[in-house]
Amino acid sequence: MKITKKQKNKKADIIQNKIPWIYSNIVKKHFFNPKNFLKPEEEKSLKFNAYGEAGSPVCGDLMKIWLYIDPKTEKIKKCRWKTFGCGSAIASTSMLSVIITEKSGMKINEARKIKPQDIIKRLSGLPDIKIHCSVLGDQALKNAINNYLKK
Amino acid sequence: MKQKNTKNKSKKKTSIAIKKNRRVYLDYAATTPVRPEVYQFIKPFTIKNFGNPSSIYLEGRIAKQALEQAREKIAKILNCQTHEIIFTNGGTESINLAIFGVARAYKKFFKKPRIITSQIEHPAVLESVKKLEKEGFEIKYVSTNKFGEVNLQELKKYLNNQTILISIMYANNEIGTIQPIKKISKIIKNFRQKKYLPFFHTDACQAANYLDLNIKQLGIDFMTLNGGKIYAPKASGILYKKSGLSIDPIIFGGGQEKNLRSGTENLTSWMGIAKALELTQKEKNSEIKKIKQLRDYFQKNILKIPKVILNGHPQKRLPNNLNIIISDIEGEALILELDKAGIAASTGSACHSHSLEPSHVLKSLGLSREKIHGSLRFTLGKYTTKKEIDYVIKVLPKIIQKLRNLSAINFTEKN
Repeated sequence: MKITKKQKNKKADIIQNKIPWIYSNIVKKHFFNPKNFLKPEEEKSLKFNAYGEAGSPVCGDLMKIWLYIDPKTEKIKKCRWKTFGCGSAIASTSMLSVIITEKSGMKINEARKIKPQDIIKRLSGLPDIKIHCSVLGDQALKNAINNYLKK
Repeated sequence: MKQKNTKNKSKKKTSIAIKKNRRVYLDYAATTPVRPEVYQFIKPFTIKNFGNPSSIYLEGRIAKQALEQAREKIAKILNCQTHEIIFTNGGTESINLAIFGVARAYKKFFKKPRIITSQIEHPAVLESVKKLEKEGFEIKYVSTNKFGEVNLQELKKYLNNQTILISIMYANNEIGTIQPIKKISKIIKNFRQKKYLPFFHTDACQAANYLDLNIKQLGIDFMTLNGGKIYAPKASGILYKKSGLSIDPIIFGGGQEKNLRSGTENLTSWMGIAKALELTQKEKNSEIKKIKQLRDYFQKNILKIPKVILNGHPQKRLPNNLNIIISDIEGEALILELDKAGIAASTGSACHSHSLEPSHVLKSLGLSREKIHGSLRFTLGKYTTKKEIDYVIKVLPKIIQKLRNLSAINFTEKN
């Protein structure tokens, strides 16, 4: 069989037939369309009364979280975040922000009890290697609530 | 990218060739597709001439002849003798054979045998010498400058009368920096004078498409080549071993490859690597010209993005390599976004690896860990077009902006 010039210069097509993504579909959704992150245009006008952070850029993950807690009901009414990190770090912070603000907001004493496992469960799981490093949102949240209570 | 599919009708159930979904493959340093010329060349050996080269009947003799012709082809390219070519099942295996082969054969003659290598070698080298360290060898790692060139003074300093092997790569897989192999072999030659130790091994897996492989000119004792990086089938490799040097095998069995690599000959893949090496070395100069022009155009445009810096040597670098640091964002997130946009690239970020450790190569350049997390490697290849590069130039700034908007850090350093 002879090879035409056209064949010579063309690479093969990539076959992609129902190849699964590297993480779950929920992680995918939250990574590509993250919820509640602090948009640049909001930065100056954001109203919040609690701020916390966790992680370090040296380790590859840093999360910052801003909350507006209703002083009367102690429910989290608003959450904004920013995350430096890999795909699952971004998705897990996004998911956390949904958990604490859904259904008219979570009470802060409940929010303090959120564990990484709770977030991972809602994400339909994460690879083992990712669990330790990329789910830091709960720590940032605790840090924010503690800062609020200290005031 | 678009291709008419006329023959694919019968295969429809198992595979759908994507026409609309653009894929831009820019990870040729990870692996290459098999080129059509190679594929056509090896096809008869998969279904027809399938014999075992060790058999003495016709099928075996056909296979044996083909294998020896492949060996001759390679010897001609490397400017060496045919018996100096050992076929293996890939780059890692060749490297293991060189390092353990020398270590096992010469350990007994030394009190504290020493191996010298560099900080930026491939894990196939680094993990091998780490294992030998546990067995009582002394390992010295030569550092590099900020461009990834090994420190030759340090190398000289490390040479002693216990040294049995020096292993320095020809060109780096992550940053593309090319090492002065001829200079290194001269240093070693001057040191050993009339003795035959220490030996010099070079990992030329990434170099084979673009650099000179003339053994006589390079002055080396061992050289590793890998088919999976030169448009041949994966799991095909070569170890060049200078005539007269005796090493121990690491795989035992039927005694194939002059007792140095037992196991039935991987004929199809080895035919493939011979053909691919011949083609890629023949086309080297025109390919360098074409690919360098494309890469330089790519580089110029990518470095216009704020807070993006170049890794590796500005000039002494493989012509297909572009490795950058993008501040404030993490590499794995970048790869996922690029993949969604149809672009395949690679990162040295920890989150992308099996070990959760960021790239040892970028660390050796003196880059901080937070910077390494934002590293991105593009490696161009034979089939890369300007159209594809233009597409990446268009898409990448948008992805960077999106991830920077999400990012909790914002370094204010200048480029």
